[in-house]
Amino acid sequence: MADVKKIATREGYGEMLIELADQYDNLIVMDADLAGATKTGMFKKAHPERFFNAGIAEGNMMCVAAGLAASGKLVFASSFAMFAAGRAFEQIRNSIGYPGLNVKIGATHAGISVGEDGASHQCCEDIALMRTIPGMTIINPADYYEAKKAVAAAAAMHGPVYMRFGRLAVPTVFDDDYKFEIGKANVLKDGTDVTIIATGLMVNEALIAYDMLAAEGISARIINMATIKPIDREAVIAAAKETGVIVTAEEHSIIGGLGSAVTEVVCETVPVPVIRVGVEDTYGRSGPAVELLKVYGLCAENIAQKAKAAVALKG
Amino acid sequence: MDASQKKQLAVMATKIRMAAIEGTFHAKSGHPGGSLSAADVLAYLYFAKLNVDPQNPKDPKRDRFVLSKGHAAPAYYGALAHKGFFSPDEIQVLRHVGAMLQGHPDMKGTPGVDMSTGSLGQGVSAAVGMALAGKLDNADYRVYALLGDGEIQEGQVWEAAMFASHKTLDNLCIMVDNNNLQIDGTLDQVNSPYPIPEKFAAFGFEVEEIDGHDFDAIEAALARAEATKGKPYAIVLKTVKGKGVSFMEDQVGWHGVAPNAEQYEAAMAELNAQLAELEA
Repeated sequence: MADVKKIATREGYGEMLIELADQYDNLIVMDADLAGATKTGMFKKAHPERFFNAGIAEGNMMCVAAGLAASGKLVFASSFAMFAAGRAFEQIRNSIGYPGLNVKIGATHAGISVGEDGASHQCCEDIALMRTIPGMTIINPADYYEAKKAVAAAAAMHGPVYMRFGRLAVPTVFDDDYKFEIGKANVLKDGTDVTIIATGLMVNEALIAYDMLAAEGISARIINMATIKPIDREAVIAAAKETGVIVTAEEHSIIGGLGSAVTEVVCETVPVPVIRVGVEDTYGRSGPAVELLKVYGLCAENIAQKAKAAVALKG
Repeated sequence: MDASQKKQLAVMATKIRMAAIEGTFHAKSGHPGGSLSAADVLAYLYFAKLNVDPQNPKDPKRDRFVLSKGHAAPAYYGALAHKGFFSPDEIQVLRHVGAMLQGHPDMKGTPGVDMSTGSLGQGVSAAVGMALAGKLDNADYRVYALLGDGEIQEGQVWEAAMFASHKTLDNLCIMVDNNNLQIDGTLDQVNSPYPIPEKFAAFGFEVEEIDGHDFDAIEAALARAEATKGKPYAIVLKTVKGKGVSFMEDQVGWHGVAPNAEQYEAAMAELNAQLAELEA
């Protein structure tokens, strides 16, 4: 672990768009005046004739993307999570989701790790919002490599996809050989006492928590749940059956996100305790991202603590 | 336009109006007022203008029409049915459980519908996307969007207008059904978007204002729209809400209320009389 590569998932988004351009003649990228930050600027440079800036008008961008898709284009529409899922929620719901159009939403700067910009930009509600839209696929990659594979997989499927990327450079968990499949969770570490189901940058924290727990003699299963919708029910049910307790970990509100999705499956199938690690129904604050993640409990220490509490519930 | 074509269009417009009354009556809900005001322009588009083929509704080369004022669906369905996209019988079960025709247009389930609409301000943006796709593909098709005059209170309409103009989408024609009434009253009573032509002009459109019930005027304006290069086009249609049914004309109350049995009979009697006169 001495020489871990750190890179933001948004970098993988921008890079893969360029790679996909040759494969898909009909690929179009849109942005709303954040191309430098969302990394679609790389695509703009490579394929200026296939890049369209909507300006600071996310609602219009989503519906223009819908119109392009209705005319046979494969459209990636990009903004920050706050303005994509937040501001343009109803446009996504009515003009992309309802007609099932082939628009991929690339939402960057999700979660608390936006950092210094503070609460107005720290979107911890996007998964909850997108999850309620029928037919929406939601992918929250753990690292740069998974982000690239997820973008390629999103392009390969027909229909709306919401992809969630981060601003912060985070350690890589996978490599180029990683096989990604929409709707499939990966068991990164097997274990018997507790399962930690993590998504996004919390996957790496869960892996650190695994070592902390192992040092205390607790055997944890670590699952990467990149696809939050449709969720891998089998992986969740197996975890509930085989380890008896579950901890979820996400850089998102504990309401409506991964924790809720896992809880819904568990409650209806194998009811076992689920403890949710996430943003606890509050707004963010300004500060360096790495420090904020600790302040809000989005860290290995908190995951390990919650895992121990979960194990204790088993009696 | 010769007299026989004009008469033929008037017949189609009347049949569209009858469909709007039939549909809303049988559904016991819906929006007759704004359907009736849009009937003439819909008749012109579907029976004199649009390059669309009911046998091949998804033809990539077809002209596109987006009913951004999706609540005028009963009239839209009338135009599509009489054009041959589906049976006029579908109008009888509009808004019923299990029916094909939804309260607002559904592109997935209804042949001939190019965009699902109903949430105001969104259809026009989708039309802009279709026009942009046409430019990218060097396609000859044109894109038309029909907006409500209340709808242009939505900020997104102006986001779409700004974008269309910036991308010089001269294959796009936006039409505003300016019947001057919205749910809560006249436009001026609610939140005035006037003057409308000046606003579209300021956003870079070539604009004109015409009588939205005059086929000659509609034809001439659409021809000028097509001939205009380098700019998108906007046509403000001065219309009468409820047009064609005397007791519904210019009445704010007929925005979103279906006729009862007595009103239905009276409305259909008027429209049948108009039809008989045209076909005499």
